[in-house]
Amino acid sequence: MTSKKTELMVGIFVALAIAAILLLALQVANQGMSGNGESYNVSAKFDNIGGLKARSSVKVGGVIIGRVSRIYLDDRELIPVVEMEISSNYIKTFPETSSVSILTAGLLGEQYIGLTPGFVFPGEDPIYIGDQEGETKYIVDTKSALVLEDLIGQFLFGKDSG
Amino acid sequence: MNWLISLGASTLSRLSAIGNASLMLWGALFAVPRLKNISLIIQQVYVVGVQSLLIIIVSGLFIGMVIALQGYTILVNYGAEGSLGPMVALSLLRELGPVVTALLFAGRAGSALTAEIGLMKATEQLSSLEMMAVDPLRRIIAPRFWAGVISMPLLALIFSAIGILGGHLVGVDWLGVDSGSYWSIMQSTVEWDKDVINGVIKSIVFALVVVWIALYKGYDAIPTSEGISKATTETVVFSSLAILGIDFVLTALMFGIN
Repeated sequence: MTSKKTELMVGIFVALAIAAILLLALQVANQGMSGNGESYNVSAKFDNIGGLKARSSVKVGGVIIGRVSRIYLDDRELIPVVEMEISSNYIKTFPETSSVSILTAGLLGEQYIGLTPGFVFPGEDPIYIGDQEGETKYIVDTKSALVLEDLIGQFLFGKDSG
Repeated sequence: MNWLISLGASTLSRLSAIGNASLMLWGALFAVPRLKNISLIIQQVYVVGVQSLLIIIVSGLFIGMVIALQGYTILVNYGAEGSLGPMVALSLLRELGPVVTALLFAGRAGSALTAEIGLMKATEQLSSLEMMAVDPLRRIIAPRFWAGVISMPLLALIFSAIGILGGHLVGVDWLGVDSGSYWSIMQSTVEWDKDVINGVIKSIVFALVVVWIALYKGYDAIPTSEGISKATTETVVFSSLAILGIDFVLTALMFGIN
């Protein structure tokens, strides 16, 4: 039959494995804003999304408030549409005049969406992103990703026209 | 005419080997241990898992350190040494953790299982068990099978975790990569379900294959000293080849198509 020592060693082995799982779960694969919590959807149309991917983060001034949930092509206008899930902590926070742009973290880093909060016209009922209906449900004010080739093109030919 | 006969004979013997192996797997799978037999499994987890711990920890540590060193010398050319963390973590979790653990496991534990069961057969312990109306599949094969399937994913997780710490040791403590970016970029890149869970699924599949091959080779060994040595060699060779082949298929299924 199994001796106490064997059982102890197996216990240590399993404890080590649990420690490894905890390390991997908490330290390595920390989801941060994991989208497990409640969230609401916002869409935005861009001309060019560059290297943006699903699960890229949405940040306001560096603070992660949500993630990109889906990217697809609008079948009438043939431009990319980015769907974002934003944490419900921030519901009715950003006015519809807020703008989104695709930014890059560092020189070679990942691309993410930067959201700049807009303003509310004084004396009007504010409309927040996520509340809009129909054609206006998209965030209107968007800035596309910077494409290196376009930038070089502007640099080469921009001087003549400007 | 002769070659037709030999072709037929080799096909038949292969088929019957596959059939025997499947029957044995069937017997082991459905001899799910009952509570009173749990101590048999604990005994085998000790032999198969705990005694493999040292080789797993040492090789995990050194593989993590080597990836960090190699990755750093390449990434630093592009000023991207901050991406060292995800590089170490992803290569360990997705590939090296499950695969290297399985290869070491086949060499360390699989060969031992084959030799043990082969010798039991050679000294007619298996037949004596049958004489005493004890099913050797239930008493000998099943506990070892389940112990291997339980141990290997745990070993692979320990391997990956130790490797990531080893990468931290070399990358951060020695080469001076920022500790914050090592962990934070790793956290934003590694996904729990896609990377960690897929690695665990891989190691469970490898465990099934390695333990199955090892047990069958022992169970089927020719009961002589040459037969046992041949069976032990075949265990290591076949399981290593099977691991690498299956790894490609699993990788293509898990990460190939987005």
